[in-house]
Amino acid sequence: MTCLPSQSGKKLGLVIDLDTCVGCQACVTACKEWNTGGHMAPLTDIDPYGGHVDGVWFNRVHAYEHTTEMGGRTVNFPRSCLHCETPACVTVCPTGASYKRASDGIVLIDEDKCIGCKLCSWACPYGAREFDTDVGVMKKCTLCVDRIYNDNLAEEDRVPACVAACPTSARHFGDLGDPLSAVSQLVAERGGVDLMPELGYRPTNKYLPPRAHTTRAASVAAPALEPVRAEGGFLGWVDRMLSN
Amino acid sequence: MHPAFSVVFFTTATGAGYGLLALLGVLGGFQIIPPDFWLGFIGMGLALGLIVAGLLSSTGHLGRPERAWRAFSQWRSSWLSREGVASVITFIPAGLFGIGWVFLGKTDGWAGIAGSLAAIGAIITVCTTGMIYASLKPIAQWHSRFTLPGYLIFSAMTGSVLLNALLQGFALGSKILLVASALLTLLGWGWKLATWRYNDRLEISTNANTATGLAGGTVRSLEWPHTEENYLLKEMGFRIARKHSARLRQITQVLAFVLPLGLLAIVFALPWPLAALLSVLAAAIQFAGMLVERWLFFAEAKHTVTLYYGR
Repeated sequence: MTCLPSQSGKKLGLVIDLDTCVGCQACVTACKEWNTGGHMAPLTDIDPYGGHVDGVWFNRVHAYEHTTEMGGRTVNFPRSCLHCETPACVTVCPTGASYKRASDGIVLIDEDKCIGCKLCSWACPYGAREFDTDVGVMKKCTLCVDRIYNDNLAEEDRVPACVAACPTSARHFGDLGDPLSAVSQLVAERGGVDLMPELGYRPTNKYLPPRAHTTRAASVAAPALEPVRAEGGFLGWVDRMLSN
Repeated sequence: MHPAFSVVFFTTATGAGYGLLALLGVLGGFQIIPPDFWLGFIGMGLALGLIVAGLLSSTGHLGRPERAWRAFSQWRSSWLSREGVASVITFIPAGLFGIGWVFLGKTDGWAGIAGSLAAIGAIITVCTTGMIYASLKPIAQWHSRFTLPGYLIFSAMTGSVLLNALLQGFALGSKILLVASALLTLLGWGWKLATWRYNDRLEISTNANTATGLAGGTVRSLEWPHTEENYLLKEMGFRIARKHSARLRQITQVLAFVLPLGLLAIVFALPWPLAALLSVLAAAIQFAGMLVERWLFFAEAKHTVTLYYGR
């Protein structure tokens, strides 16, 4: 059913720290590697070595220049499914292929029911869904549903592949429905935000904005050193001797 | 948004087909149009032919058309599913009405009721089509109060101009229908102008700042995550040059509204068969114009995902 389920309160999702993301693309490749053999496999590549490379990816990292009166900076911005609380991608689905799990809030696609009408990708404001032209069905991030509950993996590995791969710990996974969880507290502490909150999709994933510019660190545009005023005493004598 | 021809043709053809079906159902069912065999055969054939051709064309847009039957299941939440259900249900009274008219020469009694039900079904189906687009929040040009009435007006307009051509062809043309189809064309023109005016002045609160969560200042795309166009850009990143858009809007106005209006005005003063010829011409030109209008409807619609790409 593409009607939204009444939620159990558990909201699994990601918290992405835009302050520490270095744009290394490790999460992108780790995601592709795991998921091309995972729940929504394959993540088809079209003409991968040719001139018109195309293919399905669940996670894409953009780079932006954010300029404010405090100055400018580069912000690396990973973009993937936000597992919204009111995902229109699910309700527009005519076949029941798209669904949101009541137990943990993960938004998934049943590939066997998808007719490839692409309406869900139109309904997603975030560009989270990508069509597999080879298989003829829509594909999207599964929050690595085949990792996070996988008893065959060591407990520390039961996190999405993108989270496991991140070398700067810019990606955090947890239950955002529990206000006491580590991710919820991180969001509260760092002022985590929703993307496009005005559209009312109520994304589960949160983004931590870059920390404020600081005046503690030396500015690269610091003025040149000024001459030291001549002092008396021993240091003054040293200064006079060295200046001669 | 990428203007896929299958969907452009689908919405234009079914819009005209359902408009014609609704008019035939009501005017035939209430004995305003005589239950003539050839009139029914060609009229219902044209209406249902446009609808079936449009629906078949829409399956060309699907990645897995063999599973299209599944689309009838989610009518509780999905406007696309409701459209599928409404279109199929409408075939039942439309088919009965067609059988009554064409094979039994009967448009009153149960056939008349079937005609009215077919008209109601046609209107509901056009509403569901309009709502598919009107319900999509990421596309501000569609998520507006102009979309649903637009689909209904254009359906009534193309349907009435088609019906006029049909009746004029059988030398059954009426001045009232001529005036009605001209007025609907005028209404369509006004609605389209108002829609364009609204879209051109649209102030969209969603921007690169809210899309990235980076508050204040400016957010400029430095680097895309990929070097080639991906699905998102091919499907939703379609852009049309402002000058092309302006020219196509002129072409739309001339073909869909101005020329049909002029031809319908001339038909007033002409005897059969010239009146029939010009009426058919008006319908054909208007249909071509509406294809351009629907192409622009997609091409000028901007999806929020383009914000991530600095577009």
